[in-house]
Amino acid sequence: MEHRKSGIHGVRVIIPAWAALAARIQSTAVGLAGVAAALALAFQVASAAAGGPEIANFTLQNGLEVVVIPDHRTPVVTHMIWYKVGSADETPGKSGLAHFLEHLMFKGTAKNPAGRFSQTLATIGGQENAFTTADYTAYFQRIAKEYLPLVMEFEADRMTGLVLTDDNVLPERDVVLEEFNMRVANSPEARIGEQVAAALYLNHPYGRPVIGWRQEIEKLNRDDALAFYRRFYTPNNAVVVIAGDVNGDEVKALAEKTYGQVARVADVAPRLRPQEPLPVAVRQLTMADARVAQPTLQRNYLVPSANTAEPGESEALDVLSQILGAGETSRLYRALVVDEHVATGAGSWYQGTALDESRFGVFASPLPGVSFATLEAAIDGVIARIAESGVTAAEFERAKTRLIADAVYAGDNQATMARWYGAALTVGGSVEKVTSWPARVRAVTPEAVQKAARVWLDKRRSVTGYLVKELPGNEEKRS
Amino acid sequence: MNLAARLFLQRAVLGALIFVGAFAALPRSADATTVERIVSPGGIAAWLVSEPSVPLIAMDFAFKGGATQDPPNRAGVANMTAALLDEGAGDIDSDSFHERVESKAIEMGFTATRDYISGSLRTLTENQDEAFDLLRLAITKPHFDPVDVERIREQTLSALRRATMSPNELATERWWATAFAGHPYAQPPRGTLESVPAITVDDLKNFTRKVFARDILKVAIVGNIDAATAGKLLDRVFGDLPATSALSPVAKAIPQGLGQKIAVNLDVPQSVLMIGGAGILRKDPDFMPAFVLNHILGGSAFSSRLYKEVREARGLAYSVYSAVMPLDYAALFMSATATRSDRTSQTLEVIEAEIRKMAETGPTEEELAKAKSFLTGSFGLRFDTSTKIAEQLVLIQLDELGIDYIDKRNGLVEAVTMADVKRVAKRLLDARMLVTVVGKPQPIAAKGG
Repeated sequence: MEHRKSGIHGVRVIIPAWAALAARIQSTAVGLAGVAAALALAFQVASAAAGGPEIANFTLQNGLEVVVIPDHRTPVVTHMIWYKVGSADETPGKSGLAHFLEHLMFKGTAKNPAGRFSQTLATIGGQENAFTTADYTAYFQRIAKEYLPLVMEFEADRMTGLVLTDDNVLPERDVVLEEFNMRVANSPEARIGEQVAAALYLNHPYGRPVIGWRQEIEKLNRDDALAFYRRFYTPNNAVVVIAGDVNGDEVKALAEKTYGQVARVADVAPRLRPQEPLPVAVRQLTMADARVAQPTLQRNYLVPSANTAEPGESEALDVLSQILGAGETSRLYRALVVDEHVATGAGSWYQGTALDESRFGVFASPLPGVSFATLEAAIDGVIARIAESGVTAAEFERAKTRLIADAVYAGDNQATMARWYGAALTVGGSVEKVTSWPARVRAVTPEAVQKAARVWLDKRRSVTGYLVKELPGNEEKRS
Repeated sequence: MNLAARLFLQRAVLGALIFVGAFAALPRSADATTVERIVSPGGIAAWLVSEPSVPLIAMDFAFKGGATQDPPNRAGVANMTAALLDEGAGDIDSDSFHERVESKAIEMGFTATRDYISGSLRTLTENQDEAFDLLRLAITKPHFDPVDVERIREQTLSALRRATMSPNELATERWWATAFAGHPYAQPPRGTLESVPAITVDDLKNFTRKVFARDILKVAIVGNIDAATAGKLLDRVFGDLPATSALSPVAKAIPQGLGQKIAVNLDVPQSVLMIGGAGILRKDPDFMPAFVLNHILGGSAFSSRLYKEVREARGLAYSVYSAVMPLDYAALFMSATATRSDRTSQTLEVIEAEIRKMAETGPTEEELAKAKSFLTGSFGLRFDTSTKIAEQLVLIQLDELGIDYIDKRNGLVEAVTMADVKRVAKRLLDARMLVTVVGKPQPIAAKGG
């Protein structure tokens, strides 16, 4: 988790980089070296205002929900299926199972043996991948529009038709262990991120890493995967989101022909996870790693998600995160990096998209020679000033403008749009809640932002992690 | 002056036609986007996709001459310059500059690579005047105030310290340092913990004087803007720049150290492996066959030979790939993966065996047909957002491929024959490679030097 000056995590975080695991991310460096990846642009608000294409939303008889987001500028379609199951739905002791199954979903069915789906996409020029978070598992393809019926057929087939054997399950478990090595074991910053989340959640499974604890991943097997699959992969537990050069009517006909033929295989129980008790203790932890050359501080607060919040609260947290920690004009950056000169970088993020109580994060990297005590005092001072004195009119307007523009910019990218809707609909949101988000941000008041800082950024709701090279006991005492 | 090119992509294999459409309001038959070459009244050329249906403008631009223009022992100058352009410019200090950018939700960013320094601007059309004015100041009148320079220097050093934890960064750094010893490509574009402290304000100013010039500028503009307005804005932003650049000459280079295996110790559970050798330059007629060949070997995300052998069949790695990398002064073939320490040797052997096999026998007819089908079919996915179109149009200009390249490109892929890929397989892969491995010490079979 690195938040540098671009501050891209400062805005509306849907899937924090460290929380979503892609099954098959591959570097696809090609001959044309990439220009700096720029933020996606979009026109959702504008096109709606201009009477643009309407979003369609319907449910098939077997319970599968479908969302269609027309964008006719280019004959390309992004097709996604979102299952309402993530790592927080795993049975204790089987951590990593949701993500492991995501990998195994590429192993073929009776009708389409291993490799046929991917080979077909590789032939027609389609892109594909999948990812897992605590709350959802999603699979997607990006294709020329005429292939939409084909991928819907494939995806409908593997909703209930997966065939697994030890021959393809066991090597894939090794692949996942290498993914664990790459993402977590090799990265001290990812490791302390896991520790902070685990310490924050006393009771809720959000404390478990999505990829799982290593000793549990090592024991996952075919039977675990199939049992999990049969429990959660059923049309009444999924949302299909299609964005691009299509309209609602044609998708409806296609969906009935493909997904509509899949029978329900399970009743889906309400997603009632153990909830957090009222947090009461200020918690700190220190993790040492001999490789660390740049210490960092990561703090998480337990805060409401868009799904658990009272009306307006989640949007106020969005605005608060923008003012507190997004980019060079933010309070944290100004105070810690520019004015007090104690950090090389500092910022914040808020993950509003979650089914249960979520997290608000604050992070900073001290300048050489600056102690964590100094750094933390500076952070606490910044937060206390907002809690006590509120925000200025100028920064408040700037933050709202920025957040609302993000929604405008986001619609230029059909894949981004599909992700926004899919994520929202798997964590208790609705199409209406996504489209009305800019209006709700506009309605946030300065008082609500101040209140959010006062109520939710209470240190007793937090865990602060310090990543260091050596534990303090081993350090030379210089003060 | 308006050399129009229809931006569409013919798919020969499956007969489908993909348009990169732009005009949502128009019927499908009129739906072809055009790329226009425009020239401003002041003589600045740009490629323009005018798309009145969207409320924003995306502009990308680049100047040839990136980190290769860093003075000797001052690696990181281009990178620090890029980071400082929006830290105060003209009569606006750093804080105010950021505030003005953010209060209009303008997105402005600059990046330096080895071969060029680039910028991107995203703005709502209604804020275009403010956006282009701020960009003009950033490019023509950056402050480089000492206090801002020190802050960015500290951030750069912090990132460099952090990179020392990453086996991936260490393997990459070591590979380039060895392959290009004595050449500007040997230096990391971000600089080093030694070079960054030595960079002076004069270094930064000299860099902009040498590189920010109209003769090496490439620009692409996409969005709700017409040619006349775009011309005026081009003059406003870039008109004050000097006509000619003063780039230091950079020698052509071929990678050195081929045949060596270099191990770097780092206490991590998973080792990172980088394997690379000489590649094929972008203008070489063999480039496209090499690109297709590489797709089959290790370019395709989920169906390449390396993916099947290293990941799917043996579970040795999560990520494994190869790439052809044409730079301005050298060309590379690279492959990389990461695997647990005790399987490092095995993984390297599997990759080397696949490279050898491809060099000796080439791909199958079926593999070649599928690769061509994928590469032509997926080309349109590079053009489905304004941002992506602007990026692609600048890259095509940097590579000097011509405004009709988008029309021609899939034909070039289709034209690749089995004889081409077999010839190129020998040229590209029947060669010694330089290997760097970062991780826990493991016995690695020493082959070559």
